[in-house]
Amino acid sequence: MSPSARTTGRPAWSFLILLIAVLVAAPVFAVVVDGLISSESTSLPRGLDSMVLTTLALMVGVGIGTTLIGGGLAWLVTAHQFPLRNILVWLLVLPLAMPAYILSFVFLSTFDYAGPVQTGLRAVLGPGVWTPEVRSLPGAIVVMSLTLYPYVYLLARNALVEQAPRTYDAARTLGATRSRAFWRVLLPLARPSLAAGLALVMMETLTDFATVQYFNVKTVSVGVYLVWKGTFDRQSATQLSVLVLLFAVAVLAGERLMRGRARYHQHSGRGQGLQPSRLTGWRSWAATGLCVAALGAGFAIPVLRLLVWAVADALADPGSLLDPRFVDYLVNSLLVALIVAAACVLLSLVMGHGLRLGSGRFTRSAAQLTTFGYAVPGAVLGIGVLIGFAALDTSLKAVGVPGGTGLLATGSVLGILYAYVVRFLAPAYQAVDASFMKVSPTMTLSAMSLGASPRRILTRVHLPLVRPGVAVALVLVMIDAVKELPIVLLLRPFGFTTVSVWVFELASENFWERAALPALVIVAVAVVPVFFLFRQVRLVDARRGVG
Amino acid sequence: MRRPFLVAASLALSLTASGCGFLGIGEEPADLQVYSARHYDLEEAFADFTDEAGISVEFLYGEDAELLERLKSEGADTPADIFMTVDAGSLWNAAREDEFANIDSPVLDDAVPVDLRDPEGRWYGLALRARTVVYNPDNVDPAELDTEETYAGLTDPKWQGRLCMRDETASYTQSLVASLIDLHGRERALEIVRGWVENDVEVMSNDILLLEAVDAGGCDVAITNHYYLARELEENPDLRIEPFWASQDGAGTHVNISGAGIVASSDNPKQAQELIEWLAADGQNDFVDANHEYPVNPDVEPEPMIAEWGSFERMPVNAEAYGDLNAEAVDVMAEAGYR
Repeated sequence: MSPSARTTGRPAWSFLILLIAVLVAAPVFAVVVDGLISSESTSLPRGLDSMVLTTLALMVGVGIGTTLIGGGLAWLVTAHQFPLRNILVWLLVLPLAMPAYILSFVFLSTFDYAGPVQTGLRAVLGPGVWTPEVRSLPGAIVVMSLTLYPYVYLLARNALVEQAPRTYDAARTLGATRSRAFWRVLLPLARPSLAAGLALVMMETLTDFATVQYFNVKTVSVGVYLVWKGTFDRQSATQLSVLVLLFAVAVLAGERLMRGRARYHQHSGRGQGLQPSRLTGWRSWAATGLCVAALGAGFAIPVLRLLVWAVADALADPGSLLDPRFVDYLVNSLLVALIVAAACVLLSLVMGHGLRLGSGRFTRSAAQLTTFGYAVPGAVLGIGVLIGFAALDTSLKAVGVPGGTGLLATGSVLGILYAYVVRFLAPAYQAVDASFMKVSPTMTLSAMSLGASPRRILTRVHLPLVRPGVAVALVLVMIDAVKELPIVLLLRPFGFTTVSVWVFELASENFWERAALPALVIVAVAVVPVFFLFRQVRLVDARRGVG
Repeated sequence: MRRPFLVAASLALSLTASGCGFLGIGEEPADLQVYSARHYDLEEAFADFTDEAGISVEFLYGEDAELLERLKSEGADTPADIFMTVDAGSLWNAAREDEFANIDSPVLDDAVPVDLRDPEGRWYGLALRARTVVYNPDNVDPAELDTEETYAGLTDPKWQGRLCMRDETASYTQSLVASLIDLHGRERALEIVRGWVENDVEVMSNDILLLEAVDAGGCDVAITNHYYLARELEENPDLRIEPFWASQDGAGTHVNISGAGIVASSDNPKQAQELIEWLAADGQNDFVDANHEYPVNPDVEPEPMIAEWGSFERMPVNAEAYGDLNAEAVDVMAEAGYR
């Protein structure tokens, strides 16, 4: 192995990145091709222009909302010490655990006309009391901001905790006030992470179907479903999905812009870092109150309501609690989530590391391509996998392989695992990549010039440095995978049921009381990785001597 | 640092080893495999069938459009013997895509009325649901409702601000509007939907939310599936909601069906036919009662709770219209600004 510090990249690693990109982009590509080769003249839905505008408005609104809530909370818990902060730090991730199709119903049944809130208001203030229209674009923006902010929160917090050391200290030593150091030093440093989190939020918003439908917001994704299910015209639906993809391209371009040309690297991991300042008096309780309010709206209220339903159901029919298949469903959910999270993190590491060894523009674009799976509505991505496997089958049979792939896509869980990786590589890569951004290239170059092999650099240099990003990636993918629905519903083999499918079977038929318990199980499952993430963060904090 | 990789690798290996059940390898498939967009108490009905006929059944729950795509892509390899949907339009569409085998069954032809099955015997309706008007008796005198054209009558300005309906993405709404197009033509159907919109109809995404709103007085009149009302009343008999059979002096109440057909490439069509026959005849009550649906079979009595609401005239089901006009229904609603 030549020790010369190359900048042209290692062919083997570049090839690996290309291979990953091709495999991951294949189903998305299948969707695009399916949409574009449609032989019949396609019928674009009426009112597409207003769908596009609505989508834009929703994305901007949710973008602003999640940046304020997620970024603000990250700053609050990182830079300050206040009552319950150490618990709130990790509880604040939990709104992510609530599947949108559950949350929207619970939210509406709580806050709409017939719900307890408005009923109570009418009882107190009389029947004519004015209440805002819950089922509306602003309503959807509020709910999505309250539940999607953890993406921004997690990544921003990571950036603040990891990067603050040294640079922040330097600014403070040089006489900058805390707020000046925040605006001029920390915020620019956190920008790549904020951008990465925001990109995830945007893509999540773009592909959401449940919330927008409940809140009467007609986005392009609603258009996709309307065309597909309302007119039985799959290809027109995939065409519209291409439009959704274009939005995602814009989002990712925006993200790159927001990251900017400037590169901020952390030159040393050790430093005093952001010493949380202890808030006192009403300020400390206001801080606690803000966190509790965010948590209450996006998490505690729906959980409480689900608990009430679950208890009512348990009282009415105690036997239903002990469904023996429950354990199976849970194991299925957990196994899939673990495997997919591990795979996504591994691939993200390989890509981040490969790019760091030096690579051309082409390889870089290829890596970016792997994030597009997140920008396709889940059900459409599932169709992409089906189409892809069907094409593979046909060509295998054509070259004389009897039976082709058999029923690889839907006859085993491989189809689900594959589709999940395609979909969830984006959050993993965004998190890991944001961590890589902070590793100074000189670090890699020094290691290379000292003769370290790429593998050694990965395990001894890069991996330890991007560990916080890896932890965040694991948590994001696990939570996403446990609550994922449309893909598993479409691709699962006979006898394979996950907790999310179980919830949906009940919820789709409006058995909300019976659906409450499994919905709570999903939430509980999500608590586990979140807990481990923050235990790890606390250990790191402790090592650094930070609160 | 190597260790985490080793741990991960061995974990993955042991999972693969112990995960054969997880991977679905080595499990004996049931005699019959059903793709079903219907879930209501299917387990119980199939278990009863297995007890009676000695044929084991398993089903995979999904949604109409997705399951159809899955069938198409699996082609001849599909494990499915039966495809069961919750919408006549979907049945019609699956038949158009040649996913169904022809069934020749005097039992079924006898049990299922002509308009609730495919003329070529490719699918049969098995459960009937009505999409009708419900009202809050505190705010509505049923005499206010048009008995001839109840759905169209809701365009009358007196209903301004008093209506609640489901959203346009719901297949329920789509097939209702499709049947109005079939009945009156596109122009008139568009007028009707526009009339609802001009009356400031509240569009909701869930029938239960709709019924809760009627009960709370948030809307006076709504259109819903009859079984949701039955289910809500069963839980709470004091709800302020009454059903009204729509268009009894006219075309009849809009209904739709759940139904099934035998998948064209099924390797077990005989037993599949046995199951469908059982569901339409001896098993009708097992299949429809728990969900308060109406039997398709005229010889079978509906369960007591909905039987109390009396019999009603239904609009004949034109599956072709539901299937073929669905796209137009979506378009009509978009043109009328329904949302």
